[in-house]
Amino acid sequence: MVGITAYGGYVPRYRLSRMTIIQNMAWYFPVIMAVAGGEKAVANWDEDAISMAVAASYNCMAGKNRKALDGVFFASTSMPFTDRLNAGIIAAALNAPEEGSMHADFSSSLKAGTTAAIAALEAIESGKKSSILVAASDLRKAKMATMGEMFIGDGAAALLFGNEDVIAEFTGSYSMNYDFVDHYKGTGKDFDYAWEERWVRDEGYGKIIPMAIQSFLKKTGASIADFAKVVYPCYFSGTHREIAKRLGIDPSKVQDNLHNVCGDTGTSHPLLMLTAALEGAKPKDRILLAGFGQGCDVLSFEVTDEIAKFKPARSMTASLAAKVDMNNYQKYAKFKDLIVADLGIRGEANPNTSLTALWRKRKMVLGFVGNKCTKCGTPQFPSLPMCVKPECHEVGQFEDYEFADKPGTIQMFTGDMLSPSVDPPAVYGLVDFAGGGKAFLDFTDCDLNQVKVGMPVTMSFRRRSRDSVRGFTGYFWKAVPKVEG
Amino acid sequence: MASGIKDKVAILGMGCTRFGERWMDGPEELMVEAFQECIKDAGIEKNQIQAAWMGTCFDEIMVGKSAMSASMALRLPNISVTRVENFCASGTEAFRGAVYAVASGAVDIALAIGVEKLKDIGYGGLPEFSSAIGTTNSLWFPNLTAPGGFAMLATGYAAKYGVDIMDVKRAMAHISVKSHANGAKNPKAHLRKPVTEEQVMNSPMIAFPLGLFDCCGVSDGSACAIVTTPEIAKSLGKKDIVSVKALQLALSNGGEIAYQWDGAHFITTTKASKAAYEEAGIKNPREDISMMEVHDCFSVTELVTMEDLHISERGKAPKDIMDGFYDLDGKVPCQPDGGLKCFGHPIGASGLRMLYEMYNQLLGRAGDRQLKDPKFGLTHNLGGFPMMNVCSIAIVGKYN
Repeated sequence: MVGITAYGGYVPRYRLSRMTIIQNMAWYFPVIMAVAGGEKAVANWDEDAISMAVAASYNCMAGKNRKALDGVFFASTSMPFTDRLNAGIIAAALNAPEEGSMHADFSSSLKAGTTAAIAALEAIESGKKSSILVAASDLRKAKMATMGEMFIGDGAAALLFGNEDVIAEFTGSYSMNYDFVDHYKGTGKDFDYAWEERWVRDEGYGKIIPMAIQSFLKKTGASIADFAKVVYPCYFSGTHREIAKRLGIDPSKVQDNLHNVCGDTGTSHPLLMLTAALEGAKPKDRILLAGFGQGCDVLSFEVTDEIAKFKPARSMTASLAAKVDMNNYQKYAKFKDLIVADLGIRGEANPNTSLTALWRKRKMVLGFVGNKCTKCGTPQFPSLPMCVKPECHEVGQFEDYEFADKPGTIQMFTGDMLSPSVDPPAVYGLVDFAGGGKAFLDFTDCDLNQVKVGMPVTMSFRRRSRDSVRGFTGYFWKAVPKVEG
Repeated sequence: MASGIKDKVAILGMGCTRFGERWMDGPEELMVEAFQECIKDAGIEKNQIQAAWMGTCFDEIMVGKSAMSASMALRLPNISVTRVENFCASGTEAFRGAVYAVASGAVDIALAIGVEKLKDIGYGGLPEFSSAIGTTNSLWFPNLTAPGGFAMLATGYAAKYGVDIMDVKRAMAHISVKSHANGAKNPKAHLRKPVTEEQVMNSPMIAFPLGLFDCCGVSDGSACAIVTTPEIAKSLGKKDIVSVKALQLALSNGGEIAYQWDGAHFITTTKASKAAYEEAGIKNPREDISMMEVHDCFSVTELVTMEDLHISERGKAPKDIMDGFYDLDGKVPCQPDGGLKCFGHPIGASGLRMLYEMYNQLLGRAGDRQLKDPKFGLTHNLGGFPMMNVCSIAIVGKYN
């Protein structure tokens, strides 16, 4: 049996109420008032498509063997690198095998997430691969006071596909492709260029998704009534309902498009909606999934008894509940780099990143892998050639020790107003890990006044530096204090 | 068996510029100003200097690499000049080079000069150092600054001793009030206005819980010393001789950041001060140290250092501070010249500036700040960050 063996969604912590956008920008383009309801998820300033994909992947891989991955497929239209395997960075953050694995990026269409899923499933069906992680993530920029700004949210989803412990069996797929350009983003451009909404809505989503689903049903002989959940994206909520009506789907079986709670997360959206569907699924439920973008992919799954045995590290329900109201349009605009605010001369420093040092230290930096001395058993970070324990100081007798999944507590911290940061103060401190070891880390997803010595923290892979001159993005791990829940 | 540095080397002369925002003076002008005072005090000719050490920290933005700038500015007679850098201990490192050269017998007379020109960067605070932490560290280090790095100590200290962070902040405020009072009496100090405890407590937050008045002045300046043997000093007609009693240096080896550390003290200072007392033959520092100039880059550094120097008991520094133990009229006056807080902190010059105050106090030249019959003066530098740092300790006293 081939299918989904694990799943995990990731919705960033900040939510921006659409009313906040309207209060700030409706003077400029009142039409945005047409979609005033709900809120959208906004990534923190130190997140991007890769870091969110890593968060979703760790969520998904809870209790799963990252060492057994044959490949990581990454789908996004907002990849930080045009030429450097983005999936490879995610794989390194997961400390997945470097040898014998095949990672790949799937891009250039919002249906790249479902396409990557089909590619992974068919590779496993062929018997040549047995475990592939598909992570889809998008952090898209929209110009101020546009419908795009109203619709687009940030988020990621990850699905683990395999042939053991399958929780939802893959039961077929169908794809159709048209060069239907509802919007596009030229190489090197920051923003989408979109055609008239009415056309996108009626001729795009409204026709192509029903056509693809009908073709799938015809091909497989299934009936739409067989499905307990039908999952397809469409940020026009009216059209989303209209599609169901056209296909004869009982409204209770249509998976919510998440418009009200997080917005449309692009490439990751069908998969993110699917993780929400899987959380409520029962054995024998059949789920139909469609991805839209220059055509449409359709996939079907049947939930197995194994579903009861899997829980992501953090459920979508919990992710959606753990929210902080951003309540500050200017902060949102700065996080999205839509406005220019001065970082000061101190913030000008921009040394390039040593790629040789990064190669030597890739496990340490991307995988947060430290050392454990095989002589005295002391876990330690950063990795240096000699054991840190004064009574040991053994040279070079280490095994890899992953800190990314270890809980820690705050030993000391500060909130620094002098550090150049787009979200001052810069909060950082020293973390003590359960099981030994310490690390001196930036903190994120917290407000200074919530942070206390002794507070538990978890680790989160984040963007550490962005070199706009050379186009390089650097990553490392940060501590997230457990301030909520 | 090594016998230590005690009484092997005497200070022949010292000089120090006014510290401050010396907009119209470059490092060369500052060095010449300090040197002229120093050589006059020493009573020798320039060509009697046989070797020199120069301490600077931020060479990249100031004088460039090597000791060329000192050799050229002072027009030294083509002798050996060595640039040393060890964070905030750079000035004391220059002094150590000169002292060890004399003690070894390799030279009779040596010069140590420290200088830093910080106000050429266009912004407040110390120069940013993201490109100066090494290629590996720059892949993962947090987005820290000096005040942030030290501010963490206050949270660590409060947690370790189970005290309210605001009580620690109150003791920190007393430190700054005391240093401002002392600095106001010092014509060479950068900041010369007294402040109140409330002003300090309410100053704008720089890095929690450090406010603006918990942070030292960022200044331009230079200080220098000429050293020789006590015998040569006598032969040159010096009657009142100040000699070096101890010179110690200790560096972190990674234990604080990666192994066992309480986050409430400096391992280096604890060890270096113990070694310094042994070298100087001091049994009870709380009784025997007459005065100190310690590295109060931030008020919390001074607070914790009082315990690391084995003068206040662990956990008791806030009480001693609030009791006035370290005030100018207290048992062990700390920062009689205003400290880094008010004299200012041109990094490479700071260690030598501290020695300048101890030297002047021992010779009875400290003006309004003069202490009664000081016997031993201790100086202390702490460079880097609490979780990885360099500590230097010097003890000077009268040569018997």
